[in-house]
Amino acid sequence: MDGQPILEFKNASLRYDQTWALRDVSFSIRQGETRVIFGEAGSGKTTLLKAAVGLVHLDGGTISLFGEDITARKESDLFPLRGRTGFLFQEGGLFDSLTVGENVEYPILNSQAPDGHKQTNGEQIEAKVRETLRFVELEQTYNQPPSALSGGMRRRVGIARAIVTEPPLLLYDSPTAGLDPITANTIMALVAKERDVRNSTSLIVTYRYQDGEIMDDFRYDPEQELLVPLIGEQSPKRNRTKFIVMKDGKIVFEGTRHQMNDSKDDYVRNFIRHEE
Amino acid sequence: MVSFLKTWIGSFQEFLLLSGRAFTNLVRSPHYKDDIYLQMDIIGVGSVPVVLLTGFFTGGILALQMARALNTYGASSQVGAIVAITLVRELGPVLTAILVAGRNASGMASELGSMKVTEQIDAMRALATDPVQKLVTPRLIATAVMLPLLTAISDTIGLFGAYLVSTPLLHIISSSQYWSTSWQALQLNDVAQGLIKPFVFGIIIALIGCFYGIQTSGGTQGVGRATTSAVVSASIWIIAVTFVIDKIFVAMYSY
Repeated sequence: MDGQPILEFKNASLRYDQTWALRDVSFSIRQGETRVIFGEAGSGKTTLLKAAVGLVHLDGGTISLFGEDITARKESDLFPLRGRTGFLFQEGGLFDSLTVGENVEYPILNSQAPDGHKQTNGEQIEAKVRETLRFVELEQTYNQPPSALSGGMRRRVGIARAIVTEPPLLLYDSPTAGLDPITANTIMALVAKERDVRNSTSLIVTYRYQDGEIMDDFRYDPEQELLVPLIGEQSPKRNRTKFIVMKDGKIVFEGTRHQMNDSKDDYVRNFIRHEE
Repeated sequence: MVSFLKTWIGSFQEFLLLSGRAFTNLVRSPHYKDDIYLQMDIIGVGSVPVVLLTGFFTGGILALQMARALNTYGASSQVGAIVAITLVRELGPVLTAILVAGRNASGMASELGSMKVTEQIDAMRALATDPVQKLVTPRLIATAVMLPLLTAISDTIGLFGAYLVSTPLLHIISSSQYWSTSWQALQLNDVAQGLIKPFVFGIIIALIGCFYGIQTSGGTQGVGRATTSAVVSASIWIIAVTFVIDKIFVAMYSY
């Protein structure tokens, strides 16, 4: 967890017309860490994710991605950095005109496109795509169009597309929004699995406190092939998840889950699961 | 009024920027050849039936109306010449372009609009792909190449439709006279403007269709608005640009 931050916001501000989407936002995230971002609708969570890879441009402040300032970069100059980032959109963002397999294949082919130099052949690419679809337990959908899938399955294909090139940074926009609890937990298990298998860095926007709990309390055990609880406060994996709460474009809380649970702020407490 | 003008100027500026990027991409890698061929098939081959039908009936209607008018002056023999000039210079390019605008500018606006509202365009950008390079430039190339070909088909079938009305139906002119007067009436500049116009219209249709698609906001209602605006704007620009091209050719050939 040492070294330079993979992603760093410094006093980032952005306005849509008269509304602040981001307001003086500052935080950083290092290799292997996870940030779980809460906030009401319109609090700037999605804008924060999009700004992280330059999909929206700041009015003030700076953003560094993999140590490079992306604030004033041209779109085409951002492509190499975006190639090292996986992005799961809220509804999956899958291309309707392509099959599931082609969607997952897209980032691999795209990463080879600029100089036309192909590092892998068609069979290797298909094997990689099938392996990634197996990871999200959807290999059987390889030839299906995205329209034939349920919301949860689309989200899982979106995860497969985001992770197929094994990027060091993953951005998840509301991966569990609108899903039933069982499917939502399946999705979060995949997110945690991806983090633990590849030691990737994750930024997760969500409404569900349980999503943060899963990331904070569990780790993926490759031998048992399931999530197991992190036992003991001394575990080095314990403190790699931090929580951020946003309101009106500002970060109003950043800290561990215990600090969040202890917060006296009424707005922050809205996002904590209260025991019945 | 001021805010309307401000909005319009802002949109026009966005349109010019998109157009500039689409043209710049013609000489920049990567080139998505498969997308170009796919769009050529959708726009070109897909439009052939409708172009054939409208071209045929346009020629037939022209011959019917011209036969009556020319008969008044005892000039029925000129029906082939007049139909040929009218079709090749004006009606063929303009009608074909308006039909293709109705079919394809709307298709582009709705397809790209749907992609915009379902975050597919943002996803494309996040996957390090330039949406203009991947979506707009192939449609620009495909429409600019296919529309002149569609217009040539429309003109040909229109002349055939006019022939069927003039010769077998009305018996006002012999077959050989119809085709020879039609052929002789056409000058090089008629054919030139008959092909330059659809080339320019193709560019207009693709850029306007893609512009409204990429600018879509406001969910599925926004897609509907973008589709309507694309067809209306493309049709208006086709007529306005026809006037400009005509003015240039009139000044050049002073006829």
